[in-house]
Amino acid sequence: MIEIVKKPYSYSFENYAKLDQDILCLSGDLTSSCEIDGFRDRYPKQFLSMGMSEQNMMSFAGGLGLAGFRPFVHTFAVFSYRRPYDQLLASIAYPRRKVRIMGFLPGVTTPAGMTHQAIEDISVMSTIPNMTVLETGDATEVEDICNVADSVDGPVYCRILRGNVPRLFNTPMKIGEIRELNKGTDLLVITSGISTEEALRARSAIKNIGISIQHIHLHTIKPINKALLLSQIEKVKYGVITMENHLIKGGIGSIISDIIAESGIAKKLIKLGLADTFAHGGSRAYLLKYYGLDAFALVKGIEKLMNIKTEINESSLDEVRVEDVHSLSKAEAL
Amino acid sequence: MKNKRSSQEVALGVRRRVFEHSIKNNGGYLSQACSSAEQLSWLYNEELNLGDSVLPMVPKDFDGVPSIKNKSYHTGAGYNGAFKSELDRLIIAPAHYALVAYATLIEVGRMAPEALDMFNKDGSSVEIIGAEHSPGMEMHNGTLGIGLSTGAGLAMGRKIKGEKGEVCVFMSDGELQEGQIWEAIQASVHHGIDNLWAIMDVNSQQVDGAMSAVMDVGDIEKKINSFGALAIEIDAHDINAMKEARKEKHEGRPLIILARSSPYQGMSYLKKRFPRLHYVRFSSEEERKEMNFKISNELQIEPIQY
Repeated sequence: MIEIVKKPYSYSFENYAKLDQDILCLSGDLTSSCEIDGFRDRYPKQFLSMGMSEQNMMSFAGGLGLAGFRPFVHTFAVFSYRRPYDQLLASIAYPRRKVRIMGFLPGVTTPAGMTHQAIEDISVMSTIPNMTVLETGDATEVEDICNVADSVDGPVYCRILRGNVPRLFNTPMKIGEIRELNKGTDLLVITSGISTEEALRARSAIKNIGISIQHIHLHTIKPINKALLLSQIEKVKYGVITMENHLIKGGIGSIISDIIAESGIAKKLIKLGLADTFAHGGSRAYLLKYYGLDAFALVKGIEKLMNIKTEINESSLDEVRVEDVHSLSKAEAL
Repeated sequence: MKNKRSSQEVALGVRRRVFEHSIKNNGGYLSQACSSAEQLSWLYNEELNLGDSVLPMVPKDFDGVPSIKNKSYHTGAGYNGAFKSELDRLIIAPAHYALVAYATLIEVGRMAPEALDMFNKDGSSVEIIGAEHSPGMEMHNGTLGIGLSTGAGLAMGRKIKGEKGEVCVFMSDGELQEGQIWEAIQASVHHGIDNLWAIMDVNSQQVDGAMSAVMDVGDIEKKINSFGALAIEIDAHDINAMKEARKEKHEGRPLIILARSSPYQGMSYLKKRFPRLHYVRFSSEEERKEMNFKISNELQIEPIQY
């Protein structure tokens, strides 16, 4: 049975930030939604309420960075870059301020539809010079993210999971490394964020039919270790499948596609993710299925890549972990 | 190096320098010199508590943008003095006032006159739109409306650290059309950031022409005051009025001095160019000659040789 950790960001941020007065906690009117209400109440001197004004919040954070602070900016992922993109570039990225942007509810992890779903954040953030991009995929990574992000000499964007988060890994997150979750020789599956948990649901079913999968999890999206990834791609016979909670353009699928093209290695690539489409509001399980981002989509991808037909159906996969819409570990039903 | 000359004399020098540069280079940000010369001169010559410049009199060439590999990178803020807790910091928010700001740095002895020959030349740090690495600049403010927020953040940080030095933002009124300015005022008032103050060149002009025709911003003194900051309107060409306004107590909120200016002050000939004053380029050689003659006469200098 998988361990479910309740609000790992909440205690991890507090334990990390309370020790260093140069860390300031900024919130864009999403304090309980970003699990920092406890910190606000216990460490009010390190907390700055910035209201619903992301443009000001980003430039203000840049000014705090100039004054020698390391602001942790908390908002939903989508609000951290769409409206304040100019401020992000001019006030944070260009001058390399040590601002740590904590983006909650990445991709389709929110039922709130297009305006709330950050589906191109990785694409946008990783094309910005000087920016580091990290994505958490389990409770351990959420527990480690503050320390990891804060070790970066420059601005960092992080995709954060909140609420009830499964613990998939038991080793610390280290920037630039990859996690090897399964060793295999037929094909390479590369996942990030919540897509890793999805891919793991298909693991036993795929193993049962004798396909050998090399599965890696990617938490450091920029800077990318090309040599390390190429060595992974070289290991397998048929090709690579990427699966991500993001548009397939500009995310890890594109990164792998670049590596394959630049190296000249002859390997097929199937990119699973949002295929040039916006999403709409709905539950995470529904959205993952509807947009072809779930474990069964991975099985279909494997069939396509290997040009085979398997006997795997949805019932052969591990059960979907469904979170209650109304849960005490969430501030609202978002 | 303070007060060797009066700020009024410095301002005249700034106008002369920007005028000479514009005649020689077939255009320039002339009207900004007219409207803001007293403000920038007063800030550098009298008001701000800045240390001596720590950067070379003749600016270094462009030396790369900030990156983890560019270890020698620094901003142009060193022309405003070292970063010391007791000293003030100046943020020049409308980055297209760079030419006027450079001329002011020269007039107050922080930069050599040759620096203006490097203006807008390839490979130079003396850029047409002030960049982070340009003399006197500390950050990119070319997209108008972001400077006050950064100033507020810097001031908040300095307040938390108990630093004595204050943060001054030089602004322009066109920026008020950007929503971010109002977010910044709102946040500064909410957090009681009173080590922040601004002086705004209210010249009522923007690229397309008069602000009243392009996008009227209404009664800005009333608007800013109703946001909770302290706005005081003065004549931008009256240095004593600036000094008086600056003395106003603004505990728990920022002060914004609205310096109502004329975009032709000291160069009356420019009236002819209304409403296109943002960047003055000569439409013909005749105009250039006439402007050279008329304006140099008003500035009490010989016509510029070009």
